[in-house]
Amino acid sequence: MLKIHRDICGYCGCCVSVCPEGALELIDAYLSVGETCTSCGICAKVCPLGALEVVNEK
Amino acid sequence: MKSKYDVLVIGGGPAGALAAKTAVEKGLSALIVEKRPAIGAPVRCAEGIGKEALQEFIDPDPRWISAEMTGAGIVAPDGFFMRLSSAMAGNKVGYILDRKVFDRELVWKASEAGADVAVKSRASAPIMEDGVVKGAKVEYCGKVSNVKAQVVIAADGVESKFSKWCGIDTTVPAREIMSSVQYVMTDIDIDSGATIFYLGNEVAPEGYLWVFPKGKRSANVGIGISGRKSGEGHRAKDYLDRFVQKTFPNGKTIEYIPGGVSVCRPLECTVGNGLLIAGDAARVVDPLTGGGIYNAMYTGKLAAEVAADCIGKGDLSKAALMKYDQEWRASKMGKSIERNYHIKEYLIKQPDEKLNEIIHSVSNLNLAEFSTLNLIKEIIRINPKLVLELGALAASLR
Ligand SMILES: Cc1cc2nc3c(=O)[nH]c(=O)nc-3n(C[C@H](O)[C@H](O)[C@H](O)COP(=O)(O)OP(=O)(O)OC[C@H]3O[C@@H](n4cnc5c(N)ncnc54)[C@H](O)[C@@H]3O)c2cc1C
Repeated sequence: MLKIHRDICGYCGCCVSVCPEGALELIDAYLSVGETCTSCGICAKVCPLGALEVVNEK
Repeated sequence: MKSKYDVLVIGGGPAGALAAKTAVEKGLSALIVEKRPAIGAPVRCAEGIGKEALQEFIDPDPRWISAEMTGAGIVAPDGFFMRLSSAMAGNKVGYILDRKVFDRELVWKASEAGADVAVKSRASAPIMEDGVVKGAKVEYCGKVSNVKAQVVIAADGVESKFSKWCGIDTTVPAREIMSSVQYVMTDIDIDSGATIFYLGNEVAPEGYLWVFPKGKRSANVGIGISGRKSGEGHRAKDYLDRFVQKTFPNGKTIEYIPGGVSVCRPLECTVGNGLLIAGDAARVVDPLTGGGIYNAMYTGKLAAEVAADCIGKGDLSKAALMKYDQEWRASKMGKSIERNYHIKEYLIKQPDEKLNEIIHSVSNLNLAEFSTLNLIKEIIRINPKLVLELGALAASLR
């Protein structure tokens, strides 16, 4: 599952541009994750701030 | 905001502003929808633009120019400094804008010319009829309304979604996104008339770090690194913090700006049925410099010109709108993107030693015409060996 650390996120949209599933969307200052997210982790890698993290589902 | 326009523009950045202004000047009705509550903020840009490039669209105005540049510098991985200046000493070569005011000015000019503007209004889905884009659903304060249009211009920036919703793949490869962070800093010792670029694997892997002056003792201090080089503990912010601590330990940060810049090739096709894609959304940023303000204004304006032409002829099919795609690709901008893409691909593969060697060979350059192309030409002239390495690319540079 993709976890967004909202205290770190700077809502810049860098992650949105690389998401191959079109799962992310920047709604002004709020990053939303849609159901098509596959937890591939590309967004977490490129985030300039480290605001995204793929965490294992329990 | 009405429910029907000739042209619906998504995004109030430079691409969208120029598109809307051009459309209304051609006698069409146009609406800009901008999802943010304010045009121009937050800034996601180092704000540098060449003098001629800017003047092609608007006369410089001190209200939105932070600083005038007379030269530039490149710092090699080993710290060696290469100075670039205009052959005419003291000649202005570029500007550092104040984009909060600049972007507003562009949208203001569009609205003065007759365009409607709606802020805090997000296009949330296209309206499609038989595979043709006919407008968009627009959300404003929790209310959704349908805005119909003869043609939609998607100028929704690096975080663009609209074209994707219309079935066009706009995904930027991870290795071709510049993962970026910038601080606006004050109280720092800088050369207030020159943009400085730092290169090297330790400083900014497959990217560069910049210091763009905003005044006597303030500057945009930022960095972009390749998405492929980014990861936990070595992100753009980690690199920038290290640099700032070393170079400007007493500086104060008054703005914190993360961002992404695409340095991939432009979209394979920048039109659809009833749809034109402009600016960052079309991935037309210069892949070598990461500069996209000019390209956004250029494609925004051209998109609206072609839209007006096609509306006049009553044909808004993809085939008719292709004129836009063909024209920008054949333009000076299109050719320069293609060429600079290859130069970027060459440069990111070079080890620091090679970059040192190249930069040492040209410690001081006076350029008759101040441009990246001229700089590269000079470098090749001084290093004839590079012709072999660059192959066909070098031939295209002569
Ligand atoms: C760190 C950094 C440094 C840069 N430095 C430079 C530089 O020095 N020089 C240079 O030339 N370029 C630079 N660039 C690139 C430059 O900022 C962009 O190329 C330029 O802003 C592109 O303009 P645009 O109009 O295409 O997109 P934008 O300016 O991004 O505008 C797009 C607008 O669309 C809005 N939007 C998005 N989706 C929707 C939606 N669904 N509904 C409504 N509105 C929407 C967004 O909120 C945004 O306001 C830099 C970029 C970054 C990130």
